[in-house]
Amino acid sequence: MSEKLEKVMDIKNFSFTYNGANKPSLKNINLPIYFKKVTALIGPSGCGKSTFLRSLNRIHDLYPGNKYEGEILLKDIETGDMENILKYKKENELIKLRQRVGMIFQKPTPFPMSIFDNIAYGLRLMGKKNKKFLEEKVEEALKSSALWKEVKDRLKDDARGLSGGQQQRLCIARAIAVEPEVLLMDEPTSALDPLSTLAIEELVTKLKEKVTIVIVTHNMQQASRVSDWTAFMYLGELIEYGTTEQIFISPHEKRTADYIAGKFG
Amino acid sequence: MRLIINKIILILSTLAAILGLVFLFWILITLTIKGFASVNLYIFTHDLIDNGLRNLLIGQFILAFIAVLIGVPLGMIAGIYLQEYSFNNKFATFIRNLSDVMMSAPSIVIGTFVYAIMVNPIGHLNGWAGAIALGIMMLPIVVRTTDDMLGLVPKELREAGVAIGAPKYKVIFNIIIKAAKVGIMTGLLLAFARIIGETAPLLFTSGNSQYFTLNLNHEFPSLTVAIYNLATMPDKHLVDIAWAGAFVLTLFVLIINLLGRYIVKEKK
Amino acid sequence: MEFIFKKISSLSAAFILVLLTAVFIVLFLYAKPAIKKYGLHFIIDPRWDVSVPIKEKTPTKTNNIKSQKNKNNNIEVSDADVLAALGITNTNAKTETIYGGLVPLVGTILSTLIAMLFAVPIAMGIAIFLSEISPPLINKPVGIAIELLAAIPSIIYGMWGLFYFGPFISHIFGGSSVSLLVAGLVLGIMIIPFMASLTRDSMNTTPNILKESAYAMGATKFEVIKDIIFPYARKGIIGSIILALGRALGETMAVAFVIGGVFTFPKKITDPTVSIPVVLANNFAESSGMSLSALFYLALILFILSFIIIFSAKFYFLKNKN
Repeated sequence: MSEKLEKVMDIKNFSFTYNGANKPSLKNINLPIYFKKVTALIGPSGCGKSTFLRSLNRIHDLYPGNKYEGEILLKDIETGDMENILKYKKENELIKLRQRVGMIFQKPTPFPMSIFDNIAYGLRLMGKKNKKFLEEKVEEALKSSALWKEVKDRLKDDARGLSGGQQQRLCIARAIAVEPEVLLMDEPTSALDPLSTLAIEELVTKLKEKVTIVIVTHNMQQASRVSDWTAFMYLGELIEYGTTEQIFISPHEKRTADYIAGKFG
Repeated sequence: MRLIINKIILILSTLAAILGLVFLFWILITLTIKGFASVNLYIFTHDLIDNGLRNLLIGQFILAFIAVLIGVPLGMIAGIYLQEYSFNNKFATFIRNLSDVMMSAPSIVIGTFVYAIMVNPIGHLNGWAGAIALGIMMLPIVVRTTDDMLGLVPKELREAGVAIGAPKYKVIFNIIIKAAKVGIMTGLLLAFARIIGETAPLLFTSGNSQYFTLNLNHEFPSLTVAIYNLATMPDKHLVDIAWAGAFVLTLFVLIINLLGRYIVKEKK
Repeated sequence: MEFIFKKISSLSAAFILVLLTAVFIVLFLYAKPAIKKYGLHFIIDPRWDVSVPIKEKTPTKTNNIKSQKNKNNNIEVSDADVLAALGITNTNAKTETIYGGLVPLVGTILSTLIAMLFAVPIAMGIAIFLSEISPPLINKPVGIAIELLAAIPSIIYGMWGLFYFGPFISHIFGGSSVSLLVAGLVLGIMIIPFMASLTRDSMNTTPNILKESAYAMGATKFEVIKDIIFPYARKGIIGSIILALGRALGETMAVAFVIGGVFTFPKKITDPTVSIPVVLANNFAESSGMSLSALFYLALILFILSFIIIFSAKFYFLKNKN
């Protein structure tokens, strides 16, 4: 790879323990996230990939008693400094973090409101009220998520009336409307049919021009299709990390090779 | 600003919860203090005429028990129809709605109805009327419980039963009801707890009696009606008896509720 | 056998229809004399058990005589009233007793209104607290306590209101310890646990993932509650409020102890008045003839009111099912 790589996030010696658990679910993870690249997290279920992803915007903080250790650094766009997000304590710091690091879930999560209000929700939370501005942003986000043509005539309709695939693209539009630096995707296609899955994958490839993406996936083909970098996790540890090409073609670790070959998982 | 609003609302919610709980525990605490002060062995061994509760407790229990005998079979069979035979046709939907309406009908109105059909024609209050009023109160609750609980039984179980060659009513009685047994039992227990504390439907159906009686053709002793009458008496001793009755009644109702909760938990 | 059972079961279901229709018809038949006599005027007539002279249409001879006669009549009436109040019936004065349902109707509506105004915010607060704020350690016992409190017979609430809460309220707000205000508040306290536990249950049906994705957008807890949970669980929350409203409207025992039971309009919120269920509870046993019929008329009105409320709730559910 000839282009210059720039880290937007850097995870150092990161461990995570769930409330009440006696041993950590994630142990000593070190991983860079590169700017405007797609990083895939793969591994058998229960390996901690979702737990890890959910640490990156500290959504774990919704439930009391969870423990983080180590550092998760996120680049400050203005100063270029790396800031440890695990140091954030105040609620407004967490809110700001979540606006900078968006998230897409396993299942589509349309809010119980209209399509337009769904997309505008994040902007409104940020205090943007100008109608014209919101309309522009909504249109832009829907266009970026390849949904504009399908919904432009029914923006006032309840978002829950859309199909599953459309709902998930709506959620992506909703997340990118606030222009996050990083977008976390937690098995975004696991609840979708193959055609919708394809649409989302195309979208991911397109979106990386704008935003850094970290995607958790069960699906090996998906990881190889959409990602630039791949991390293989097993039993709460990061086993191997490298370019997607290297991981899939010549993995260094035997466990990685076995997993990719479908011997377990 | 957003954070301040957030804080304010969360604090208000917590305060509301505390306020609500203060009232509710206030009730429980007074009840316990008053109850403990006036409950003793004497009131369980004497009738109201001798300032005891014995006839009232037995009377209330008999009324509720007859109500169960009326409400449970009828309600269960109706519930079975709704869930197993109706195929959710319009009639079933209609009956379900009616049953819910009946469940929310003011209990005193049920009392007036039973007065009209069972007290007025006979000419005097009688125990049967009270029991039937409670039975009518219980009916929709049983229908709802049975309907809901049978609905939770997986379809495959019915199909498997029919596939073996059993007629439908046998499948229902031998398989489906057994599968839903715990849920239905719990529902019935809670329905019983609900009607045993009813007062309004009894006021002018079975009324109250100071004496011990098992004769349902006349006025019949009732704990709740007695509490209502005694509590407004000027004689402090009688008021204390009312508190004792209130305490025993509440304790009984709460124990049944806890029991229902325990059964559900065991099942899980 | 199968056929027989199927028939029996469908008849049992139909029995509910028969029963409900029977309630309606029987109440109507017993109320009929009163309906015939007073018509719909009954619901706007504030007089209950009040003796009034029968207006005689005496043939008038001259205007002068007529006016004199009227004057005489008036004096006679007031005398009769005084006598009646003293418990002496004047057989010479032709009077009839009028029954009107306005006072208990207003009492019912006002006490229910006070109950709702008091209970809805607190019940919502409790539901929010239980489903979104409280730590698991507190959540469970408080949740169980609320559910148990919903199971306590209403007569207990009434008794507590009479001996403890009523005096407490009159101490703060003045007035009598039995009043419209006390009745409304006791009613409110009675429906709080019921409303709170139903509301919490429907709030809890909001999928976690939906809440998380709102938090992931940077929403605060209040914003998640307002924008996600309430809209999502709207149907269930409104349903629980309406069910609680139905309960408050038809409640007898919690109110009977503390509303006062007098047939007067409350001039202040701390004045005693009466509600339909309480009128029924207090007067049914001693009534006969027209007064009994008037009571059935009141029961019918109450039944129809609760019918309308529950059906509107049902209709609302059905409309929003899609």
